[in-house]
Amino acid sequence: MIEVRSLVKRYGDTTVLDCPDLTLDGAGVTALVGANGAGKSTLLTIAGRLLEPTSGTVLVDGHDVTTAPSRELAARVAILRQENNLAVRLTVRELVEFGRFPYSQGRLTDDDHRLVDRALDTLELHEFAARRLDELSGGQRQRAFIAAVVAQDTDHVLLDEPLNNLDLRHAAQSMAMIRRLADEFGKTVVVVLHDINVAAHHADRIVAMRSGRVVADGEPSTVIDEPTMREVFGLDVEVTEHHGRPVVLHFLAS
Amino acid sequence: MSVDTEPIRGEPIRGGTFRPRRSIVVTAVIGVAFLIAVACFMTYDLRGSLSYALELRARKVAAMTLVGVGLSVATVLFHTVSGNRILTPALMGFDALYILLQTVAAYLFGTFAFLRIEVRVRFLGELAVMMLFALFLNHIFLRRTRGDVVLLMLAGVVMSGMFRAIGNLVARLIDPNEFVALQDRLFASFSSVDEQLLGASAVCVAVALVVVWRMRYQLDAVALGHDHASSLGVDVDRVTRVSMALVAVLVAVPTALVGAITFLGLLASNGVYLATRTFRHRSTVPAAALAGATILIAAQFVIEEFFAFNTRASMVLAFFGGIAFIALLLKEQRR
Repeated sequence: MIEVRSLVKRYGDTTVLDCPDLTLDGAGVTALVGANGAGKSTLLTIAGRLLEPTSGTVLVDGHDVTTAPSRELAARVAILRQENNLAVRLTVRELVEFGRFPYSQGRLTDDDHRLVDRALDTLELHEFAARRLDELSGGQRQRAFIAAVVAQDTDHVLLDEPLNNLDLRHAAQSMAMIRRLADEFGKTVVVVLHDINVAAHHADRIVAMRSGRVVADGEPSTVIDEPTMREVFGLDVEVTEHHGRPVVLHFLAS
Repeated sequence: MSVDTEPIRGEPIRGGTFRPRRSIVVTAVIGVAFLIAVACFMTYDLRGSLSYALELRARKVAAMTLVGVGLSVATVLFHTVSGNRILTPALMGFDALYILLQTVAAYLFGTFAFLRIEVRVRFLGELAVMMLFALFLNHIFLRRTRGDVVLLMLAGVVMSGMFRAIGNLVARLIDPNEFVALQDRLFASFSSVDEQLLGASAVCVAVALVVVWRMRYQLDAVALGHDHASSLGVDVDRVTRVSMALVAVLVAVPTALVGAITFLGLLASNGVYLATRTFRHRSTVPAAALAGATILIAAQFVIEEFFAFNTRASMVLAFFGGIAFIALLLKEQRR
């Protein structure tokens, strides 16, 4: 369970995030959507304890992310950021092995190796296992990072725009994988998404943000309507339906 | 069924653990080179009283090993924490501070008077000033900015620039004869190292090495970058602070013992990265330590025996190290 408690992040006089209360619980995919600068990534990064809030906090399974030992949190929440440039050259297997670091502190046990193999299997990466990350395509690299998150085996997975720079096919594959994290592995996945329609189709819950605040929260069908879209994105759009899920025709907006 | 497939799946695992072999081979080769260098240095062209000559050389070898190990491991740590492999801890201004200390002392007391001061007092004084400086920098820039290493390094660069400027000013003020004597002192020398100081320095460096070794896996994670390491449960700020303190010890002790040596750590560490092709500290730390000691002893040997002491190992190292550094810069640029 992830509980946001009166969370505020300010840079100087600018409040970039002001989230009094938000609870994410149970297996499923929650999408954070909103325009650029709405505070989605800020919220996610604070929950992943990579950024200090100005005030308030986030609890993960009751552990305060601003004070709990990093090692304790690493077994509960994994975060994958937008830029995944590593300072060192790793093979895919080495990267995935790092996913076990919170448990083994670098000395992998047989169990750890088994989980690494499982993660490589899950993302169909076995044939690339010995390849270096910088020799892979963007989509393959993204999969390798997701495999590391799978190997880390936390109940909570935070993904910051995992579809960035992926082509249509790889984006679809990644979203299917993210769905599996929730459905097969029972994880609470929070994902920042740019494309509202991807969120509408794949997420169980959508949290829409604007100017650092949550303006709508609920199932896709309840959140996505024309007035809310105008409020969130500042754009007049037409919303229609496809197989019971809302579709935003944002590309037709003028 | 699973019993049958398990071993097949086990293969890539072993493939994964096979990889350290390369680094073990490299470390072994460097280890042999180290032994050869020591053997050459100890036995080549021995004359006069055998026991006296051997003792003198053994002390030199010990000092050089200590310095080589300290500076190389410090450089590896510095690279990991800063996420940049072309930096050297000299950036932090230890060398400049050492030079400033020597220059100011020569100005105040005169070089010859200064040299008469009890060598242990001098060592402790120099070490104390350098450690205080390091602690000051670490305290200001790591505690207050939550581990912003770049800021720390910029401060180090500015401070070392200031030290150098003051040092130059003072150097202009002192007697020209003394200046010549001073200049000679500013390059590291292994000719006259006090035995007890050697012992004390060895203990300091050994303790630092133990701490480094115990942190080796955490350092591996830190090498991935701040966010990745944090996400994996490593307290990056703590590792950074401890590492910078260790760098201070591993640089200040050799510098106070023999003087400033530039580029040695850079040469040893980058050579090891290239040869071992790994970033794992369990491989790079021992290999770099051995490489640093080997390079220093080999350089000193060549100079003593073939250049008849006309020049100093640290000068030669600065020359070749400088060339290697430029090569490294050009290579980085091409990437």
